[in-house]
Amino acid sequence: MFATQIHGDNGKMKDYHYTGPVEHRFSPYSFNGGTVLAVAGEDFAIVASDTRLSEGYSIHSRDSPKCYKLTDTTVIGCSGFHGDCLTLTKIIDARLKMYKHSNNKSMTSGAIAAMLSTILYGRRFFPYYVYNIIGGLDEEGRGAVYSFDPVGSYQRDTYKAGGSASSMLQPLLDNQIGFKNMEGVQHLPLSQEKALQLVKDVFISAAERDVYTGDALRICIITKDGIKEETVPLRKD
Amino acid sequence: MALSNVLETPPSGFNFENVLRNVALEGLLEGAHNKAPKPMKTGTTIAGVVCKDGVVLGADTRATSGEVVADKMCAKIHYIAPNIYCCGAGTAADTEKTTDLLSSNLTIFSMDSGRNPRVVMAANILQDMLFRYRGQIGAHLILGGVDCTGSHLYTVGPYGDIDKVPYLAMGSGDLAALGILEDRFKTNMELEEAKELVRDAIHCGIMSDLGSGNNIDICVITKQGVDYIRPYQESEFKYKRQRRYKYNPGTTPILTEKIVPLKMEVVQETVQRMDTA
Repeated sequence: MFATQIHGDNGKMKDYHYTGPVEHRFSPYSFNGGTVLAVAGEDFAIVASDTRLSEGYSIHSRDSPKCYKLTDTTVIGCSGFHGDCLTLTKIIDARLKMYKHSNNKSMTSGAIAAMLSTILYGRRFFPYYVYNIIGGLDEEGRGAVYSFDPVGSYQRDTYKAGGSASSMLQPLLDNQIGFKNMEGVQHLPLSQEKALQLVKDVFISAAERDVYTGDALRICIITKDGIKEETVPLRKD
Repeated sequence: MALSNVLETPPSGFNFENVLRNVALEGLLEGAHNKAPKPMKTGTTIAGVVCKDGVVLGADTRATSGEVVADKMCAKIHYIAPNIYCCGAGTAADTEKTTDLLSSNLTIFSMDSGRNPRVVMAANILQDMLFRYRGQIGAHLILGGVDCTGSHLYTVGPYGDIDKVPYLAMGSGDLAALGILEDRFKTNMELEEAKELVRDAIHCGIMSDLGSGNNIDICVITKQGVDYIRPYQESEFKYKRQRRYKYNPGTTPILTEKIVPLKMEVVQETVQRMDTA
């Protein structure tokens, strides 16, 4: 049975390294790595991202944060293909300006999330290769986190991790913030200090085990007093 | 039996039954949800330098499985003989087993002939084996040692190509490390200078390459003996966590508990003295 596979019709040995002719195609996407995380509290929201931009096994930049400030109460974290991240944030900025000029007020977090979903679905058949997470304050001043998939499906969460180390961080957040898989533990509301410490710790862990995460951590803390930024060093290797 | 591997040539022809089977398996798994398990690669930086009195080999300690770090402290410098060590890059299992096999063969040889093995012997045996498997064994090796003819450094590729060089780097971080080596290598360097050069080369690989990281191992082989320094330099990135993540007993609920007593009775009791000499 296998003998006929080895020898072709004319008895010459067929190459066994591949099963047929290989078509080389140009891929419009590339994966530039990075992890993003957002946590919503009672009256604050935290959006954090690492600052490493990589491709393959090389590093393009050690200082390329993935959080972008949209309004005074909203920050978006984008990771995935850097080209699409830049274009998407430009488009969102333009749409925010248009809204502000037409309606004489800034867009709320919920409105930005809904708009982003439409923008992403508009490219359903040539998607933006971006994993988005929006963090901000809603109209009542409570923390809000909206997480997206590359084609626009979104939902409001309390916490969400996206990007290359998301599968490592999300279970840890489920346990520490959502108190999942634990019994007999007091469900304390999340304070800003505890959330900040948790975010720093989980990124230290992510940098240990994920090669695409590291260099530095940029944290944006959103409260009614504005947006505060903090940078923490991570593993550089 | 085992000696035959060293003295006789193996049966002629290539045995490729498993390659065809793997291709067929991959075709079966293509549409299914489960893909073939990805072998752990070392995604490495390894380097070697010949200096005045011997050979200095260096390696990082990170092993990756795709994009996840599988081992933060893996040993990439393998023992071959008392005077020969080998750094391995590529598929972790392949480098380990190949160097183990080589080490066994050389031990049998040195017992049989009463001589220390020479580095060129080790290189030739490796080359034979890797060429026989036509690149299917993904082992990129740097072989270094000191024997009666002097200090030698060889590289053996997965297809069986061999090169004898005064300085060398391999692995995914090889270009970064080679930059440092090309800049500062001189023939007949002092031992300390050679150690610093290899350390700097590996450090450059660790910082520039995502597949390399964590600590640096150094192995210095001279006529007097071997100094295997593991780790030569620990990673400078040790960040403390800000909170303690401890779980009290009872956090994981016990849903059911079933105790089955094993009814056993003593039938016979014997005492045997163990030779612990």
